[in-house]
Amino acid sequence: MRLIENIWNWLDARLQVGAVIRETAEHPVPRETASWFYVFGSAAFVVFMLQIITGIMLALIYVPSAGEAWNSLQALNHDIALGWFIRAMHGWGSDFMVAIVLIHMVQVFLFGAYKFPRELTWIVGVLLLLVTLGMAFTGQVLRFDQDAYWGLGIGASIASRVPVMGPSIVNLMLGGPIIAGATLSRFFALHVFVIPGLLIAFVAVHLLMVVKLGINEWPMPGRVVRKATYIKDYHELTKKDGVPFVPGAVYKDLFFGAFIILSIVACAIYFGPFGPSGPPDPTIIQTAPRPDFFFLWLYAVLSLLPPSLETPVLLIGPVLVILGLVLLPFMFGEGEKSWRRRPIAVLTILLVAVALGTFTRMAGNAPWSPVMDAWSGMPVPAEFLHNRTALERQGALVFQLKQCRNCHSLDNQGGKRGPALDAVAVRLTQNQLIRQVIQGGGNMPAYGKNLSPAQTTALVAFLETLHPSGQVPARDASRALALDPGTATPQASRP
Amino acid sequence: MTLPGGLSRRALLVKIGIFVNGMIALILAVPIVRYLLSPVSKERKGDFNAWISLGGLEQFPSGQTRLATYRNPTVNSWDGDTADIACWVRNVDGKSFQVFAIDCAHLGCPVRWFPQSGLFLCPCHGGAYYQDGSRASGPPERGLFEYQYRLDSGKLVIKVGEMPTPGHACNSNVNSNIVREIKPCA
Repeated sequence: MRLIENIWNWLDARLQVGAVIRETAEHPVPRETASWFYVFGSAAFVVFMLQIITGIMLALIYVPSAGEAWNSLQALNHDIALGWFIRAMHGWGSDFMVAIVLIHMVQVFLFGAYKFPRELTWIVGVLLLLVTLGMAFTGQVLRFDQDAYWGLGIGASIASRVPVMGPSIVNLMLGGPIIAGATLSRFFALHVFVIPGLLIAFVAVHLLMVVKLGINEWPMPGRVVRKATYIKDYHELTKKDGVPFVPGAVYKDLFFGAFIILSIVACAIYFGPFGPSGPPDPTIIQTAPRPDFFFLWLYAVLSLLPPSLETPVLLIGPVLVILGLVLLPFMFGEGEKSWRRRPIAVLTILLVAVALGTFTRMAGNAPWSPVMDAWSGMPVPAEFLHNRTALERQGALVFQLKQCRNCHSLDNQGGKRGPALDAVAVRLTQNQLIRQVIQGGGNMPAYGKNLSPAQTTALVAFLETLHPSGQVPARDASRALALDPGTATPQASRP
Repeated sequence: MTLPGGLSRRALLVKIGIFVNGMIALILAVPIVRYLLSPVSKERKGDFNAWISLGGLEQFPSGQTRLATYRNPTVNSWDGDTADIACWVRNVDGKSFQVFAIDCAHLGCPVRWFPQSGLFLCPCHGGAYYQDGSRASGPPERGLFEYQYRLDSGKLVIKVGEMPTPGHACNSNVNSNIVREIKPCA
């Protein structure tokens, strides 16, 4: 024990950091901030440390070459002892890091921590969110598989829409005319050198300001921030009712950090590493690329926006969001901090959370994507063929063979891009069905050129059988009257 | 020692030192920026596209649309499979062809051809195109990207080299009807 003390004294006589560290560790913080609500920032830091360590581990094996990256990921998964575990830790660590950074952001927003004098702390925090997302995206690219390849294509397609500069931005992003070796190399440089460098620098500034300005006090309804008096009030608060950060508050950070690390370990062991999916060979086109979890909402937005709005939203939306986040502390730098007195702030968080959650959940089953093999892989359910005429069954065959099933479901099986057709005969008359099939419309291609009259007749005959038993199919009353007034009464549906 | 104007000798030397280092930084910035901009620099621009053979015409039966692959003209040894690019070749009537990029005109996912329904479908956001590449439905704002082609001693040759994107379609100024009128070079 004495030896350790002697070594430390020898070191500190030269480094002279002991006093600074002790002072920083013991600086008083308001008593209520020793709270489980104040652990997310330190947890994000802990996960970042984990990412650095597992990232360096992966770099020992990973080959940042378009020709070899995928093979080296396979080696990590299967050949290197516990390589799969390091990959899984890094992958799950990235998801946890994005999640914790977002939770941290929501917490400081609801607690009014961005207000005077912590505006710059908030802005650096916004930058930290952006570089964290940058790490998540570039990391997804380094997992150089089919999803990464086509994900880069999507990124390039978005970037290309920038007016005038678009094509040049694409070439700079890809390092050349196509997604190839140069692309992976530059994303490797971004993921391993550039963005982590920024991340470390921003974290340092962020932490420095937390220490210098003091941690945000627990917001009390009615305790209003005023620039003239805030700093004096804060110091009085810490003097009167403060505890030293160590050990008064730090143990909660320690326990939560440990809990998060254990959670990542548990996910890594239970779920294993992410991919890689198929090799990044663009001639293998039997693929349906999906983004990673934290970009799923974007996938949904890109599917649901009207085409004409897509480019403006893609190019202007992010600018507005970032600008709004940066300007927030300047627009609302004073006033109430407590979320109990800030209903709009609470509603904003709820709205954003519900929107992002909904989009993410929708992207989970992606109803807008055709099911590419439904026509050959999902037979027409037997009940739709029972007691049908030969013509109607021929129509069912046409229905499958013309890939209608890729976009239209029967009995909840098949694509959901178009409406389910289980009861289409209730909605559309025979004439409307023929028109829709031949001319398309809404979001449906026209099939006129690819259906013979016989095929159309059979297909529509089949579609006319698609109504619940006991429910009458749609019919054109005027037509029935004109043709044969005698039969113009509703008919019992077919069994 | 103080120079005329109240500037001390040391302060002047510091200023000169900062100036010299600033100049060095500026001079160094020139090669660094040029290096960074090499993918878009003038000597490379426009060089990307080249005529590449897709092989004999017998691979592309009349009236059918087939998948073809080629090795990208600009290639590095470490590109691996990524330099192998796929495209759809439509033999319209035995004499004229259409060669479509694999990338959806919406966000670049690989479109798949369904001969039975005569449609190209995109697996990502459900873009659909007719057999002539024109937009049928879904989010794409235009038809499929089309490469220039010519026939050269019984081979189909296309002009490729750059990934087409919505902001930079390959041969965007070339109308597909004009392309169809290019006569075989043989």
